[in-house]
Amino acid sequence: MTSVLEPPATMSSPAAPLVPKVGRLVDQFELGLDAPICLTWELTYACNLSCVHCLSSSGRRDPRELSTEQCKSIIDELQRMQVFYVNIGGGEPTVRSDFWELVDYATEHQVGVKFSTNGVKIDKKVAERLAASDYVDVQISLDGATAEVNDAVRGPGSFAMAVRALENLAEAGFKDAKISVVVTRENVSQLDEFKALADKFGATLRITRLRPSGRGADVWDELHPTQEQQRELYDWLVANGEGVLTGDSFFHLSAYGDALPGLNLCGAGRVVCLIDPIGDVYACPFAIHDQFLAGNIVSDGGFQQVWQHSELFQDLRSPQTGGACSKCDHYDSCRGGCMAAKFFTGLPMDGPDPECVQGYGTSALEADRTVPKSSQDHSRTGKRAERRTPQAPVPLTLLTRPPAKICDENPLAGME
Amino acid sequence: MSEQALGSGSSAGTIDLDAAWKLHPQVALRPEPFGALLYHFGTRKLSFLKNRTIVEIVESLPEHPDVRAALRAHGIEEDAARPYLRALDTLADSHMIVPS
Repeated sequence: MTSVLEPPATMSSPAAPLVPKVGRLVDQFELGLDAPICLTWELTYACNLSCVHCLSSSGRRDPRELSTEQCKSIIDELQRMQVFYVNIGGGEPTVRSDFWELVDYATEHQVGVKFSTNGVKIDKKVAERLAASDYVDVQISLDGATAEVNDAVRGPGSFAMAVRALENLAEAGFKDAKISVVVTRENVSQLDEFKALADKFGATLRITRLRPSGRGADVWDELHPTQEQQRELYDWLVANGEGVLTGDSFFHLSAYGDALPGLNLCGAGRVVCLIDPIGDVYACPFAIHDQFLAGNIVSDGGFQQVWQHSELFQDLRSPQTGGACSKCDHYDSCRGGCMAAKFFTGLPMDGPDPECVQGYGTSALEADRTVPKSSQDHSRTGKRAERRTPQAPVPLTLLTRPPAKICDENPLAGME
Repeated sequence: MSEQALGSGSSAGTIDLDAAWKLHPQVALRPEPFGALLYHFGTRKLSFLKNRTIVEIVESLPEHPDVRAALRAHGIEEDAARPYLRALDTLADSHMIVPS
């Protein structure tokens, strides 16, 4: 599931000269915040789909998945920390039997909910419930403006399922759903059609970057946009980007010219982080790897403790040197790009982003490199070749007990 | 980071300096080392205040009969008020603060 990151909509002016200079806000953010702005919380690794590029390698539920009570304790902490809203994803979060209980608990405790879904549970009744709530936002994932392009990545029938969800939401009067697209080599040519689809349903389009994270690593070479397509994408954003969200994921393209709106820096561990289904806290949803594991909510004293005091986050919040990139004229716009993209292509962290618009990434990719694997893999099949084609969706009934064994592929194991 | 252009130098903007203002009831203000973050649960907009003085002024608005009094109470005289008035205008424009 992609994370829901939205750029700040308005900014206030700087202070009078009598007070000490604060410096640029982006510099302040790099040093960290008392609470995250964009917190992604993956509620479950279970999923009815098996999208080829899944950043969390989801499919099978993890037996160590947090309980309802543990989830509520996290929400209590988020309330205390004054986290404004949480981006809930997974896997497919709505397959948890306590999903609505948790959503209600969050909104009753001053934590807004924005959840990401493939649409499987968004029937008319659910759509009406959502339309009646003020504090819940919905994001429907779609990776093609046509079934042909979409289903090649997300599996047969997934386009129809997403469109049905959008129809149900529109019919119920739900305002401003989001359609969230991962930009690939196959769908860059459909940007106008995506926009039209969003307009048709009264929704807002959100496009985000494909990272080589999770199962994304297996398909990145074939699916990530070419250099020419990146340029097309940048030009499209400059011309049409008003009203299109990007989750701040294209700041590496700012090196082409004018900076794109939004927070143009890596927010990992500073502005954003991930809570995973077993309570592990990672610097970013695209960086599910031991190297970016800050701690665990259950064993390390809770989320606030980890966010404010973990060694990894202190490290990420100390001034970063930028390494080889800092010598480039464009460093100020792109800040060296995406940490996760570099890590999962086996590139050094103090070097160029693999999709560096100046082309430094392409040459770096040609050198010898070792591509690390994610720390968690809950895919329903382990064979790399099979994972390049998405399986048909699994019909799921809601589980009230965790699976019997960690290696059970069938999410209904133990329930017969 | 893109910053909104805040218009020309005149201090006359949305906000009536002789009126009482307050934070919109759906706005959460969270102090941070650099100032504060504000989030409007109705509009979903996020805003920033870039120093502690403006944060204190905004938080103190309900205690003062009008905006001028709030500024004076924080030692902001007329000649230094412009950046603060711009900040308050921006907040008013986005409905983060509303007339009391």
